[in-house]
Amino acid sequence: MTGTFVGMPAFPEAARAALADTQLRHNLAHATATIRGKRAAVVGEVEDWESLRLAGAAVKDRALRDLDQQLVTLEEQLTARGATVHWARDAAEANAIVADVARAHAVEEVVKVKSMVTQEIGLNEALEAEGIAAWETDLAELIVQLGEDLPSHILVPAIHRNRAEIRDIFRRRMATAGRPAPADLTDEPAVLAAAAREHLREKFLRAKMAVSGANFAVADTGTLVVVESEGNGRMCLTLPEVLVSVVGIEKVVPTWAELDPLLRLLPRSSTGERMNPYTSTWSGVTPGDGPQEVHVVLLDNGRSRALADDVGRQALRCIRCSACLNVCPVYERTGGHAYGSVYPGPIGAILNPLLKGTGVDEQTDALPYASSLCGACFEACPVRIDIPEVLVELRSQVVDSHREDRVPKPETAAMRGAGWMFGDAARWARLGRVSGLVGRVLGRVGGRAGPGGRRTLSRLPGPAAAWTDARDLPAPPRESFRAWWRRTDGRLDEEDQGR
Amino acid sequence: MSARDEILRRVREAVAGLDPDPDPVVAPVGATTADPVAHFAERVADYRAVVVRVVAQGLAQAVAEAIPAGERVVVPPGLAEEVRAGVPEAIVDDGLTAADLDAVDAVVTACRVGIAETGTLVLDHTEDQGRRALTLVPDRHVCVVRADQVVADVPDAVALLDPDRPLTWISGPSATSDIELDRVEGVHGPRQLHVIVVDTEG
Ligand code: SF4
Repeated sequence: MTGTFVGMPAFPEAARAALADTQLRHNLAHATATIRGKRAAVVGEVEDWESLRLAGAAVKDRALRDLDQQLVTLEEQLTARGATVHWARDAAEANAIVADVARAHAVEEVVKVKSMVTQEIGLNEALEAEGIAAWETDLAELIVQLGEDLPSHILVPAIHRNRAEIRDIFRRRMATAGRPAPADLTDEPAVLAAAAREHLREKFLRAKMAVSGANFAVADTGTLVVVESEGNGRMCLTLPEVLVSVVGIEKVVPTWAELDPLLRLLPRSSTGERMNPYTSTWSGVTPGDGPQEVHVVLLDNGRSRALADDVGRQALRCIRCSACLNVCPVYERTGGHAYGSVYPGPIGAILNPLLKGTGVDEQTDALPYASSLCGACFEACPVRIDIPEVLVELRSQVVDSHREDRVPKPETAAMRGAGWMFGDAARWARLGRVSGLVGRVLGRVGGRAGPGGRRTLSRLPGPAAAWTDARDLPAPPRESFRAWWRRTDGRLDEEDQGR
Repeated sequence: MSARDEILRRVREAVAGLDPDPDPVVAPVGATTADPVAHFAERVADYRAVVVRVVAQGLAQAVAEAIPAGERVVVPPGLAEEVRAGVPEAIVDDGLTAADLDAVDAVVTACRVGIAETGTLVLDHTEDQGRRALTLVPDRHVCVVRADQVVADVPDAVALLDPDRPLTWISGPSATSDIELDRVEGVHGPRQLHVIVVDTEG
């Protein structure tokens, strides 16, 4: 998989391709099950997890309710502590600010600590166009960058790659970006991690400028917080002379004390650890320690649009823990690439349309439908974002934004078709009778094996066709339930005629 | 209109009609434990760090034992004499470059707070802990924690810490789980974390 997220196929097509990739499904199933297990164990240790969730949600909501004031305070406090604050309406403005700082110091390369927001704005590509190399230093991001691939998970961007693939990428590509992989590289995770350490260390030691995001930005103290595991974050935040942090305006936490519930919620929800190995906090410039020139870019890029949405606003509470991805049955089967966006999984399905608006591109409009609405994401979310509620709201916004279209959206047609079918008992009974026959015919001509060997239909005829555009429908049994009931009077010892 | 003014205008419009919430959120109290120091030692060891408990008289010896023979050691300028005594040959940091630090094997520091529930050390990088780079570049970090610095849980630590200082929270050695979610210790930060807990009473 190469290229950018822009212009990728909409979710149904991408998902169909992903579902056919058995290696991908295997890697994903293993990874998500592992994280789910670890997370459940450490969440279970916390006595009052639910109250902590409520507190986490309340902190983020409090920041959002008067975000304009909070941002002004944050700017004041950062400036008072020696940082330079910039504001960026969109990706282009943010990228230009970072590039300007790089040019002012005549640097040809920057080291980067993993950050969703710099991916969102396409910073690496923008810097490359200016002749500046941006090196990703998180191990998974390095794998993605060297593999000319796209990240597929918020927390473990290379979750779709197994160790053999990673070894191969390192052997082929490390030399083109700096120190080559050792000749005797095996596919042991420890050996691969050691190769990454050697490869990146020379970059850390010589880098003049680093770029980061922030997990939190405390308004009343002007403190930025980065949570990480490998120490690559500490390297970027500490060794270079110049640091630029790009921070979404929704990252605000009002006061220092209110960081507490978030620091208790994030690691347990995210990596399934009591605490992540490293958390760094800094407020502006510390003389004699760390970067002596610190820039903070406060980025909107659609966040104020999301903030204006009464139902969708809660998505801005997201602390990017990725718990919702790991519990999502749709994500587990399709992986992150199918969402065609930087933010995959359930949160991506709501965040992308909220940031970009509905009715502007087909890719984004497909996302609110990329869910079974099972509710697992809401249960898992440490800041209680009701993702299903927002999905339903966004579906109606997608439909509304296409009311004027001459050709209805496939999802609208699908819902109408399904509604027509399920909406009337008599019609349903008739259809059931017919489907016994249809099932026999289709079972022969159109069926294919689904999971468990069950015959499935990839395409239905008639008004319900659109429904099967994105779903496999189990082939109807040869005999309808009603017919079976009449014949057997519901006796369960009867042989199942339908199979 | 400047980007700043326009963003603030959009935000103001988006939240018009919402009432600000003036009072900080009070989170539920953290975990408590009868013996926070024992809990701390256990939780730190869970990360596969080395943890030893000593009485004050044994401190210098414990520090000396934490460093394998022949390793080059650096210490921050304000490290207490009782700790320094364990590494008499140590280089005192006076603004060494990153490359200088890359050439030493180990660093010995104090810390600001230990958090029992999560097994976390928090450094606030004052004189006895040194600049942030000091505990980052060398491969072995020996950290001395006084028993009276250990608090029960995260909220207790947040209440003690000064947000104006840079802080580093350390929970075990540097680690990654990016390859098939197999945990590997030691990526870019120190690969060996050695914690010496000094019991304050007796
Ligand atoms: S929506 Fe909730 S569960 Fe999903 S990434 Fe954000 S905070 Fe985590």
